[in-house]
Amino acid sequence: MRILRPSDILPSEITPRALFEDRRRFLHGAGATLAAGAAMWAGLPTDARAATAKLGPLARSPFSSDETQTPYKSVTTYNNYYEFGTDKEDPAANAGKLQVRPWTVRIEGLAGKPRSFDIDDLLRLAPLEERIYRLRCVEAWSMVIPWVGFPLSALLKQVDPLGSAKYVEFVTHYDANIMLRRPVLDWPYTEGLRMDEAMHPLTLLTLGLYGEVLPNQNGAPVRIVVPWKYGFKSAKSIVAIRLVEKEPRTAWNKAAPSEYGFYSNVNPNVDHPRWSQATERRIGEFRKRPTLMFNGYAEQVASLYQGMDLRKSF
Amino acid sequence: MTKTPSAAQLAAIKSALFALCLIPLAYYAQRWFDDALGANPIEAITRASGEWTLRFLLITLAVTPLRKLTGLNWLIRLRRTLGLFAFFYASLHFTTYVWLDQFFDLQAMARDIMKRPFITVGFAAFVLLVPLALTSNNYAIRRLGGRRWQSLHCSVYAIGILAIVHYWWLVKADILEPMIYGLILAALLGVRGWWREQERRRQVTTSMPPPRMPGAKVIPLVAKSR
Repeated sequence: MRILRPSDILPSEITPRALFEDRRRFLHGAGATLAAGAAMWAGLPTDARAATAKLGPLARSPFSSDETQTPYKSVTTYNNYYEFGTDKEDPAANAGKLQVRPWTVRIEGLAGKPRSFDIDDLLRLAPLEERIYRLRCVEAWSMVIPWVGFPLSALLKQVDPLGSAKYVEFVTHYDANIMLRRPVLDWPYTEGLRMDEAMHPLTLLTLGLYGEVLPNQNGAPVRIVVPWKYGFKSAKSIVAIRLVEKEPRTAWNKAAPSEYGFYSNVNPNVDHPRWSQATERRIGEFRKRPTLMFNGYAEQVASLYQGMDLRKSF
Repeated sequence: MTKTPSAAQLAAIKSALFALCLIPLAYYAQRWFDDALGANPIEAITRASGEWTLRFLLITLAVTPLRKLTGLNWLIRLRRTLGLFAFFYASLHFTTYVWLDQFFDLQAMARDIMKRPFITVGFAAFVLLVPLALTSNNYAIRRLGGRRWQSLHCSVYAIGILAIVHYWWLVKADILEPMIYGLILAALLGVRGWWREQERRRQVTTSMPPPRMPGAKVIPLVAKSR
């Protein structure tokens, strides 16, 4: 496995502060409510996304897939983000209400130097990379998405995790005023990774998509992407990261423990009660294709699970 | 409004109903051709055809209660069209699964039916719907005789329940929609049960007392108020 050499781009060149401020001015000045804006959004052709702030310049990642990328419109209108509704189109219609600035992410728990990071701190923390990853949903559909971010390990190293920190728990934003109130899941949505999974170079702290800041429905302003696990492991709109000793409970595991395990690695040999995991439909394609072990990232991650029975630890 | 429509009026109502029942099909066909079904059109079509099957099943089951409540007996003449449209949308749903979703992969489908309870139940509901559709004509009613035809078509109650279970087991976590459909079905079946119970009581109170065992004494449970 190749480990990426740190890019020689200066952090000051990366932070598109002016562009962010432009965006805020646009959003406030447009006169329309954010919700109306989001509704219009869905109907606009991709080249009309004038207000979205560019991120960059971006380093290329050796982990990137060269497969055909799923169109921006599909990536941003076909979402599972249950806090904004359980139909795929709901998040694009409703997530405009989310205020993504100011935003801070607390890192707490078993850390030598626990602290909070402002979203601008995060954008400056490490060189931003474009990572074109396959995304496999447990519902047996998949996409290829050019994310923008940097390895989560770069952030975690900032707080000096203690030796006793065995797991990482992600706590996501929940606001009953703008999000679903029905207890479909136990809000706020929580997810977790084992420490070695969290520190793995593939695990991406994600701030953008298609070279631009993350749209709200995709988990703005900051989310995790874990490409060898089912999509729901990649927590969106993160507000806290806790370093803990015991395996954390996760939202889907609490909802249906027999269906959603803690690991949730993409595995064509272990079926979900409702969906065969042997095949998947790549969004935009007609016929199904076989699902790859660890979503095609086995070479990089299989060693993390050596000696484990992935039928039991599903 | 209790007036019965003339034959010509009824024919007109039936034609209008037929056109009305085709609106969902036209709507989704239009969206299909406009590429307006979202990122996953196959899923959208599967979902829409399934929901319309369920809606037509419930509308069909609503005819009898509606008729009793309003006294508009001619409503019964519309039931066959509605029931056949339930079958029509169920066939679309089934075809979408077999063709667009599974692409005739018989092995995968057999595994699905065996392993995934929601598919097992949905498949069973569709299979049970087939004989009802096949016997939805005057010839079949004459051939079977009213009583036998009637008891065959009572399986629509079971089909309704299976359809709800199919939907309920399919959703990941948000059971709101299947619950709403389930409550409507429960109301439609519940009102039938209640009417049946009323009918039974009426018959018990008006019919002759059952033959007694020799020497047994009758202990009246309730004083008769007639």
